[in-house]
Parts: sequence; C-alpha cells; structure tokens
Amino acid sequence: MRVPRALFPLLSLALLLGLWEIAALWGGGRVLPTPGAVALALAREAESGALAHHLGVTLLRVLAAFVLALSVGVALGVPMGRSPLCDRLFGPWLVFFLNLPALVVIVLAYVWFGLTEAAAVGAVAVNKIPNTIVLVRAGARTIDEGLIEMARVYRMSRLDRLRHVLLPHLAPTIAAAARSGLALIWKIVLVVELLGRGDGVGFQINLLFQTFDVAGILAYSVAFVAVILLLEYGVLQPIERRCSRWRRSHAEA
Amino acid sequence: MLRLEIRSKRFGAVEALRGFALTAARGEVVALVGPSGCGKTTALGVVAGLDRDFDGTLSVAPGPDGRPPRIGMVFQEPRLLPWRTVRQNLALALPRALRRDPRIDATLALLDLSALADRFPGHLSLGMARRAALARALVVDPDLLLLDEPLVSLDEVTAQRLRALLARVLDGRPRTALLVTHNLREALALADRLLILAPSPGRVVAEIPIATPRAARDDAMVEALRADLLARADPVFRLLA
Repeated sequence: MRVPRALFPLLSLALLLGLWEIAALWGGGRVLPTPGAVALALAREAESGALAHHLGVTLLRVLAAFVLALSVGVALGVPMGRSPLCDRLFGPWLVFFLNLPALVVIVLAYVWFGLTEAAAVGAVAVNKIPNTIVLVRAGARTIDEGLIEMARVYRMSRLDRLRHVLLPHLAPTIAAAARSGLALIWKIVLVVELLGRGDGVGFQINLLFQTFDVAGILAYSVAFVAVILLLEYGVLQPIERRCSRWRRSHAEA
Repeated sequence: MLRLEIRSKRFGAVEALRGFALTAARGEVVALVGPSGCGKTTALGVVAGLDRDFDGTLSVAPGPDGRPPRIGMVFQEPRLLPWRTVRQNLALALPRALRRDPRIDATLALLDLSALADRFPGHLSLGMARRAALARALVVDPDLLLLDEPLVSLDEVTAQRLRALLARVLDGRPRTALLVTHNLREALALADRLLILAPSPGRVVAEIPIATPRAARDDAMVEALRADLLARADPVFRLLA
C-alpha cells in the first residue's frame, strides 16, 4: 500500500497519540491523563479565556526575546567571524556565556533589574545570544572572499554589501539559528514566567502544578507546541524557501 | 590614464613582482601575457585597488568632471552573486539611483543575455556566466576595464565567440583596458600592446605594440604574429609556446 507523502506527519502523530492513550490506560490515573482528558482540560481553559490570554502573553515574550537574540547575535557574530582580532578578543567571553546556566541568568536579571518585563525578556535573550553568535560566526567565516572583492571593486555601499552579499550568504545559518532558537526560547520563557511573572504559560503551569492538575499542564504544553509548529510551518519555512529560491534547479524555478 | 610602478610585491617570503612598471594611455588596451605564476593576476589586483600592500605607486586618472575613476572588472571566476538574478547582479554594480536605468537592459541585449536576465547564476553555463560578468563590468560604463583570463576554461567555440564579442565591445566605445592572459593568441587578437612577463619574481621582459586595428585582425593574421614572436631568438618567447 502506498501512503501519500503528506499524510506521514499525521500518521506519525496518530501513532504518538495511540501510544499515549495505551500508556495512560495501562498505568495512568491522575499522573498521566489520557489524550481525551487533556483535550477536555484544553476546552475548559479555552472557554474561560485563560488559554488565549496566557498563550498570547507568552508568545509576545517569545517573539520579543527571539528578535532581540537574533539581531544581537548577528550583529556580534558577523564581526567575530570576519575579524580574527575580534574573535580572539571576545571568544573567551563567548565560552563563558555559553556555559552560564539559564537559571543563573534569569535569577541575576531579576535581582539586578527587578521583576520586570524587560528583565524577563532580556534574560531569555541572553540565554540564546551566545548560541546564535557561534552559528553566525561560523557562517561568516565561510563567505566567498571573491564576492567581497567584487563588492569592493564595484564600490557597493556598506548597506548594499550587508543586504546583497552578507545576509543572503548567512540566510541558511540564520534560519538554523531561528529554528533552534524558537524551541529553546519558549522553554526558557516558561522558566522566566514561573520565577517572576504574574501571567503566561509558565505562570499558569506553576499554578496547575500546585493543584497537581497534570491534564491542565499537558493542555498548556500541547497548545503552545501547536503555536510553535504553526510559526515553524507558517512563517519560518516559507521565509526560508523564499530565501533559497536561487538554489533550486531551473526546472523547478 | 593608468600608471603603476611596483618596486616589490611580496607574499611572505616569496617575491611575486619586482621592478614592474605598467602604463596605459586613455583608450588603450594593454595585455599582460605570461605563464601562470608570473604575477599577472597579482598586478591586476593592485590596479583594482584590492591589494594595497605593495612597495610602489599606483595612479589612475580620475574620470571626466574629476570624479573617482569607475572600474569594471571581470574576474577569473565570474563572481556573480548566486542569490541574485543576472539583471539584479548588473543593477547592484550601479549606484542606487541607476538601478532601474535602461542601460541595464541595453547592456544585457548587447551581450545577448536578454533571455537569461531573470535566471540565477547557478543556472548558467560558464560561458553565459562570463558574459554576465562582462555585462556587469560594462554596465558601470568603466573608465578602466580589467579582464582576468576572460576566456579561460571555455570550450573552443564559446571562447571564439566571446573573443569576438570582446573585440566588438572594446572597439564600440574606446576604453582603457587591462587584459591578463596566458594565451598569446587571445592577447594578439585583443590588445593594442602586449607586455610579456616572466616568473620568479614576476617582471616585464618584453613589450610588443600591435599597429593593426583590432577589427582588421583575423585568425590568419593572429597566427602570423604569433609565429613571428615565437621565432624570436629571445628565450622569453619560448615561455609562451
């Protein structure tokens, strides 16, 4: 039997749900509710409006931290990839920040800057920035020097070099950083919310944890994963496809 | 128009050029001919302003109205931006105000590239990509045109066609040009004056002016000039055979 390609993700998802259902029926009870129970919890939260509110707040924090982390990461990663001096000077800092535990950054941010929105978003971004720098630095190192020379001979402006030489070259790197970034960032945002915010998915999960409402916890997780999947397929991938149009063979173009 | 004097140019311990002098009058096409490793491309990089780390002087006359000279360069590899179409590659060589100028389409047409204007460079053959690179060099209306082995690694027919095209372009509107090549026939067909280089360290060992106008040089004539050069007693010319 031939299964259409597009159905594979659905099949794979159905398999996961099936396994979950079996595990829940076998030894679940309160600790592992069935998918049905989670769906009910989801409906309950959606109806009260709590789901939309907390998802929205968390999503905004994720996006703010994401944009901040990517732009700072690119702005610092490019010079480090292009200039050996810059790399030697700041490379050790990078190792330091890469190995700084997320929890430490978050706690310190709250201690130093108070329990504010800026501290929360900033702390999340700081957790992602070193990783973005590492990726972008590696990407910037591999640029074709011939194209740089060409840009110099034709006196392209700095802005044009950035837009038409450097950034297109870095596009796959930035896409990779964005992919891994989105997943990492939303996980850290939850911790930030749990420790020092009065709303958001992380805050809500903390409440549900105190009442031992596992169905509710899973409902929020599933909902947010769905939002991230939507971003991945609805936004990131179309942008990536557009950026890599030139790679496709002529027959497809 | 162009005056270059390199007392010495080194890459670490290796001296690439020594006592190298080069001048080109306005509208003159000068060829640098020599075997690989004689510093031709190095000299071209210095003229292009890409390499300032040399002992010597370079002066390129400003354009009319005193603006800095515009340089059009065809590199050995086409060096087109792979993520921009052929037309965009031409446009990006121009200042922002001219990015939609009709000269872009005119230049594409001149080099027989109109049908390929919206293709990405990855979808072009090497011959087409070279033509696109040449179109980019011409679209800026250069005061100085630099050509680095523009016909190398092309099949015979494509090379012939591009050579004829270059000859037409160079005559169409007289331009100062510097042609780097290891191929004596190519230099004899295109240049007004040949500088023969010898390696280690690179230096000019002979200068050969060619009086016949480019349009009047056919294959037979190029062959005759070449045979004449190779028959000279100086061992320098054996480098070129």
